[in-house]
Amino acid sequence: MFYRENGQFKSSYRSDLALFPVAQDRWALLALAALAFVAVPLLASDYAFRAVFIPFLILSLAAMGLNILVGYCGQISLGTGAFMAVGAYAAYNLQVRIEGMPLLLSLLGGGLCATLAGVLFGVPSLRIRGLYLAVATLAAQFFMDWFTNRVKWVTNDSSSGSVSVGALQIGGLAFETPAQKYLLCLSLVVLFGLMAKNLVRGAIGREWMAMRDMDVAASVIGIRPVYAKLSAFAVSSFIVGVAGALWGFVHLGSWEPAAFGIDKSLQLLFMIIIGGLGSIAGSFFGAAFIVLLPLLLNHVPHWLGLPISTATASHLEHMIFGALIVFFLIVEPHGLARLWSTARQKLRLWPFPH
Amino acid sequence: MQLRKIALTVAVTAAGLSALATSTLAQAQSAEQFIPLLVYRTGQFAPLGIPWADGKQDYLKLVNARDGGVNGVKLAFEECETAYDAAKGVECYERLKTKGSGASGFDPQSTGITFAVTDKAYADKVAIETMGYGLSQSVDGTVFEWNFPLLGTYWTAADVMLQDIAKKEKGSLKGKKIALVYHDSPYGKEPIPLLQKRAAAEGFELALYPVTPPGVEQKSTWLQIRQQRPDYVLFWSAGVMTPAGIREAQASGYPREKIYAIWWAGSDHDVKDLGASAKGYNAVTVHNSAAKDKVHDELRKFVYDKGQGSGSAASVGSLAHTRGMMISMLQVEAIRAAQDKFGKGKALTPEQVRWGFENLDLTADRLKTLGFGEIMRPVKTSCSNHMGTDWARIVQWDGGKWNITSDWYQSDKTHIDPLVKEYAAKYAKEKNVKPRSCS
Repeated sequence: MFYRENGQFKSSYRSDLALFPVAQDRWALLALAALAFVAVPLLASDYAFRAVFIPFLILSLAAMGLNILVGYCGQISLGTGAFMAVGAYAAYNLQVRIEGMPLLLSLLGGGLCATLAGVLFGVPSLRIRGLYLAVATLAAQFFMDWFTNRVKWVTNDSSSGSVSVGALQIGGLAFETPAQKYLLCLSLVVLFGLMAKNLVRGAIGREWMAMRDMDVAASVIGIRPVYAKLSAFAVSSFIVGVAGALWGFVHLGSWEPAAFGIDKSLQLLFMIIIGGLGSIAGSFFGAAFIVLLPLLLNHVPHWLGLPISTATASHLEHMIFGALIVFFLIVEPHGLARLWSTARQKLRLWPFPH
Repeated sequence: MQLRKIALTVAVTAAGLSALATSTLAQAQSAEQFIPLLVYRTGQFAPLGIPWADGKQDYLKLVNARDGGVNGVKLAFEECETAYDAAKGVECYERLKTKGSGASGFDPQSTGITFAVTDKAYADKVAIETMGYGLSQSVDGTVFEWNFPLLGTYWTAADVMLQDIAKKEKGSLKGKKIALVYHDSPYGKEPIPLLQKRAAAEGFELALYPVTPPGVEQKSTWLQIRQQRPDYVLFWSAGVMTPAGIREAQASGYPREKIYAIWWAGSDHDVKDLGASAKGYNAVTVHNSAAKDKVHDELRKFVYDKGQGSGSAASVGSLAHTRGMMISMLQVEAIRAAQDKFGKGKALTPEQVRWGFENLDLTADRLKTLGFGEIMRPVKTSCSNHMGTDWARIVQWDGGKWNITSDWYQSDKTHIDPLVKEYAAKYAKEKNVKPRSCS
């Protein structure tokens, strides 16, 4: 009833290949976009922007990048934090060392540098796969931790190893208030989201999925593993690099190498596992889950008027989090995205399921 | 069945929402001064963070119980767990900055979080109090209007350590080899510029030994030290790194008498379990945080004896706990100073409290009344000097307790002041901050 597709005929190839072939989806998405672009900036509080929306958007972007590599191309990576670090530090250096560098170019430049790093560390994927590749990407993580910590040039000879960026400005437009920063992140996320969605639907996306499902069979039918794997590494690291630059520039403002440690890599990996491997929407679900759940667990006792100590709350958070991850892996290994698509399928047939 | 479920959900949601509504109402009614408490009771720094957090909270409880707040204005507070993580710290900062009367001042308890919130504080107009840590150059109040590294910075601490070493070496450090074993993070790297300056000026050799956080694995570092045999080791560690380091020093046969630890690595919890194997280990104190004073007795009487204490009664009087109380005391005194100017018995805005931080004047008499007469010496802050007056002493662990082994030291400003100016100017240039005039 909610999802009646009766009468929606596709009369051209174009409409059949549309991003969202069902009209209800299109409307829902437009409504969501309107909500995100208009209602949220008008209604949300500073706290909501800075502690919820901005980290959620940036982490969704990073998760999307990682999902392309892990979910679509099947190359397990534990080095996401490293690629985020490359993006952030490269953008920082572009900003600091080149007088009058536009912010947007710095951010994209950060992404490009991360692409280079990603391709470089992706080369071993041509020979090794699975767990061994994961360990090779772990090396990227530790190398970047060391590099950003020890090579003084990277931090512009900052005595403490911590760097910070000045005011954010794009073409005379200053991004000072949380709402403005939110809109900046949102625009980039929407742009990259559309790009990623179209990439994975296209020929290149199908190549990635073929590599993921069985690389020998894929190369037999004429897909070049070198091209497919390295392009996945490149696209993924580009998005992750931009996300890293945003995390540093917009969310933290000033950061130390620990901000992009192994914890961040694992956190992102959890995000896509919980959200759904091989799904762009899943990246958003996963990011929302990981960003919101700790906040919720922190706030709920307050709302209910239960005074529990900070330490207990923090330990509870870890326990509930761990339990939920195990629960999801057992009950719905395809993540929240699958739950959503099941729900959608049910809605399409409701109230007359066959 | 379905209906019951729906009803249950609605009931739970309604209960949650009503609790939310009543709790916000309750806050709005009474005139309270809100103090946010950023703490870490979990993670690699928890051993340090727990007594620190307890001390901060205990002193606020004491002021409420003993004096009924500041001139009748009750102190409200809420803790937020950061786990020493910058992103979580930013979230806590955002959550608490507008609560109640507005945050009276943040003590982020972490150099990393201090870096992350310094810019934000400038825009939000909230004071950042970093007693004995944070950005060393933020002493310069003309550039760092909102930062208050009260009572000492890592540069003054390093300077005092060198002074004590020089005393042992009969006045000269020339030709000596001094090692810095540090937590490889902004926290541990902070003293390096000053040490390099002094090494160049006084002709001693400075060797740097970074330890990868969290610092439980230090064998290779101390083996190197055994090889290189530095005359002294300055130890910039915190949390789980400290006992691990002392144990490795013992294993590699490095005399503990030659180790000087920063204050965060010099509290009872760092050495208690090691007992005699840490004997001789030196640490620098913020003013004289090793002293026992009237404030401890009052805390026991008004808070702990009534079962209101935040931690265990045994931790009262430990260095880390006392430091926490000093931080809260400075915060409360800033509020008091601001009330004297902006109206007694009123809840103040964060901006007004900042004025209080900048115009602290704690005389010896005042400190004595507060119960800090032994712990601190007089402190006076000003527009250009946000540190106040730095004093420090050296304490030594004798296997069972800390003994104060030195007289009062004050850092030698000949090297520190130019460095503060240089780094503050660099910061101002990077951030486009226009230094304000203090005259």
